[in-house]
Amino acid sequence: MDKSIIDKYEMVIGLEVHAQLQTNSKAYCADGTEFGLSPNVQVSPISLGHPGTLPVMNERSLVYAIKMGIATNCTINKYNAFARKNYFYADLPKGYQITQHTTPICTDGKIKIKVNGEEKYIGITRIHLEEDAGKSIHDIDPFNSLIDLNRAGVPLIEIVSEPDLRSADDAYEYLTYIRKLVRYLDICDGNMEEGSLRCDCNISVRLKGAEKFGTKVEVKNMNSIRNVKRAIEYEMYRQIEMVEKGEWIEMQTRSFNAADGSTFDMRSKEAANDYRYFPEPDLPPVILTDEFIAEAKAEMPALPEELINRFKTEFGLSEYDANVLADEKEIAHYYLQLISFQKNYKSAANWLMVSIKGYLNEKAISISEFPVEAKKISELIDAIDGNKISNTVASQKIFPALIENPTANILDLAKELNVLQESDASAIEELVKQAIAKYPEKVTEYKNGKTSLQGLFVGEVMKLSKGKAEPKIVNQLVNKHLSE
Amino acid sequence: MYHSLAAIQADLKLANTSCEALVKNYLANIDNKKHLNAFVEVWADEALQAAKIVDAKIKINTAGKLAGAVIGIKDVLCYRNHKVTSASKILEGFESLYTATSVQRLLDEDAIIIGRLNCDEFAMGSSNENSFYGNVLNDLDNTKVPGGSSGGSAVAVQADLCLATLATDTGGSIRQPASFCGIVGVKPTYGRISRYGLIAYASSFDQIGVFTKSVADVGLILQIMSGADKNDSTCSQKQVENYLENISNCDVSKLKIAYLPSTIESAGLDTEIKNRTLEILEQLKAQGATVESAAFDKLDYLVPTYYVLTTAEASSNLARFDGVRYGFRSPNATDLESVYKKTRSEGFGKEVKRRIMLGTFVLSEGFYDAYYTKAQKVRRVVTNEMNTLFENYDFIVCPTTPTTAFGFGDKKDPIAMYLNDIYTVLANIAGIPGISLPLGKHSNGMPFGFQIMSKKFSEEQLFSFSNWCMNNFSSN
Repeated sequence: MDKSIIDKYEMVIGLEVHAQLQTNSKAYCADGTEFGLSPNVQVSPISLGHPGTLPVMNERSLVYAIKMGIATNCTINKYNAFARKNYFYADLPKGYQITQHTTPICTDGKIKIKVNGEEKYIGITRIHLEEDAGKSIHDIDPFNSLIDLNRAGVPLIEIVSEPDLRSADDAYEYLTYIRKLVRYLDICDGNMEEGSLRCDCNISVRLKGAEKFGTKVEVKNMNSIRNVKRAIEYEMYRQIEMVEKGEWIEMQTRSFNAADGSTFDMRSKEAANDYRYFPEPDLPPVILTDEFIAEAKAEMPALPEELINRFKTEFGLSEYDANVLADEKEIAHYYLQLISFQKNYKSAANWLMVSIKGYLNEKAISISEFPVEAKKISELIDAIDGNKISNTVASQKIFPALIENPTANILDLAKELNVLQESDASAIEELVKQAIAKYPEKVTEYKNGKTSLQGLFVGEVMKLSKGKAEPKIVNQLVNKHLSE
Repeated sequence: MYHSLAAIQADLKLANTSCEALVKNYLANIDNKKHLNAFVEVWADEALQAAKIVDAKIKINTAGKLAGAVIGIKDVLCYRNHKVTSASKILEGFESLYTATSVQRLLDEDAIIIGRLNCDEFAMGSSNENSFYGNVLNDLDNTKVPGGSSGGSAVAVQADLCLATLATDTGGSIRQPASFCGIVGVKPTYGRISRYGLIAYASSFDQIGVFTKSVADVGLILQIMSGADKNDSTCSQKQVENYLENISNCDVSKLKIAYLPSTIESAGLDTEIKNRTLEILEQLKAQGATVESAAFDKLDYLVPTYYVLTTAEASSNLARFDGVRYGFRSPNATDLESVYKKTRSEGFGKEVKRRIMLGTFVLSEGFYDAYYTKAQKVRRVVTNEMNTLFENYDFIVCPTTPTTAFGFGDKKDPIAMYLNDIYTVLANIAGIPGISLPLGKHSNGMPFGFQIMSKKFSEEQLFSFSNWCMNNFSSN
């Protein structure tokens, strides 16, 4: 499609994100919530919807929802009523889902995202609590649908954004940030592949400058943030093309096809589902106290934005470094730990971002599995700064050895590996003499003005010292001898 | 035949009888009165086993408070490894995996559970004519209904098939059959007894209660079942009073009693019932009680309000009976949609389907505000009016039913059937306790009840006054 046509239009996107809360037990009963167990082992008469059973509120899910509300600058509402959303589906044991309808726990928030260098605020309409359904499995048995109710009743929060997103990139950054928040808060693992974080997009297009929204289309079933972006891009072209042709866009629910990046109509018939919401008579409204909210808040860790600020102002890191370090809570925490021993903030950041992250990426493990304690890394930095070892030796020799033997003393390791830096000037001087003796013609060239040759001699000395000579001293001595 | 637990326990103590003998006696009665169709299932062997255990405990003085109480439970209460069906085909063959809190608390005090009792399907009905297991007959006149929905539970006590029965009351399902059968039936305050293990009809109305022939037995059994339950968040945390301590200490002269003229002047009220009610009021006055009329102009709204709200809740509560996980599944179903449609069409009876449809309708978009929201408002207004009344009065009294037990098939029009609940739904709408006492005997030979309601959580006073009434006005 011609860019000039696309440029006439603007997208309006709102996201509904479902985050499965990592509570130990389900939303309204004591069943476990672990992922990946054999089917139908985390069930009880309550989650199976047996006759006579009643829901009982899991207080932790309230705490988790409050944390997300605070993290997204929402108002936390004290009066929390629950409602039944009625519909029939094979993996919905009670025939209704217990949710919050008119009294969501959090409302009216906003978060800041940065898209292509530009900051913008995205409104959060509401966050409410609800329970998950089970899973219908249609591709194992050729004749029957199978149902796994392990997930039935697991608590969810649904985070509904305002229709403030204007592009696939906006949606990408928003969702990335939401995922970062739930992981920071440790309320959801944010895993879209396993479905613990799910996103439905409401997408419409309108002519730039138009006030009215176009007819929105809901797209479901994207199992990664990248696919959310792809689905929105696909919809953008599809909808603009329809508008350009003068066709009506139908309000419908579409599903994303990851194989070719397209979307297809799921169930226009059911779009007009009447859920017959009404107050859940089995669960009295929960009235939150100020103390309860304060306790939830007190449990919260520092959030990325706060950390980035701190990294920049307190530790003098660059915007880029601060962002990289704050990207994952565990990395940020490792950094904070590291600098509790270490005043060379910049070097600490570099070690973490380059050597440690490099190692983690190579092994595909998380920082929690990294064997070397922050204190050791700090000692390593001290050894470099104290000219005991060179930076190169530290990253190429000591660091790998430390991973093998995380409790070893740094200087012992350096001695063992015979890489302890030589700062004894007389010993180095011997090597300098050797290097100069080796290249008499280069000495002549140097003396004729080709001073750039100093590097050659320094390199030779370093080679002779097996990298142990302290570069500063080598430089001084090479300079001295060449100038003689 | 014993008519109170106190008498039974006295004889047990003297070894004049044993639990085993009591159970055998009741089993013989059940056998003799099979035609009444009160029991859906009798757990004879199990009850005899339990009796032997309790007898052994009595010998060593370790028996619980309900030793000697042989109790039947309405077929809507769950009891682990026992069948429970809500008298519906849709739960055919279903066995519960757990025990209702109410039942467990009775078992913990050594009650013997003898079987499950017939009722209207999902407790929906006023005549017990809606049961998958067929009609229950009134023991006083087999051509008459026992009332509903707890018809089986009422008749089991009426005909001495056991000492007491558990039942549920959503709009009168205990008090109305108590009136028709001439026994005591009580519905406590909403939230007094855990509903965990009670198969729901309308969650915000349902309450477990008891049938007996003695107010003292009502007090003891209710006291044991009452109190907070971690499995039911709508169950009150409020301390349970000792219902027996002051049960014989009622000073009637200090009581302030209100009657609602609209209930007495109601067009459908049988003249003899009206007269007897007025007679009792006069006698109370004569005993020094303050008896006053209190204005209440919402009587005509009660039944519609009740049916809008209960059917709305029922339409959702009964959604789980879908043929997917347990109970009946239509053999004619071929795919998910037909599993739903055929299972529910074939599994539910006519009245249940009527109420599911009505409830679905009142919750539908476009009709919600006109029906559900409005009915909620009426409920709030009525509850507030009742609370205000109870600031000035200890009790509100009225007939339990407008008529005595009617004949099978007499009420073919569902609206006429629903209007039978006119005096009983008030207590469920307002969440207050209500009791029906057998204080009336009609010239047609059938009994009728006198209803007393009191403010929330005032069971202690209610039973004490009821006990006094039984001692002074009993028609027997």
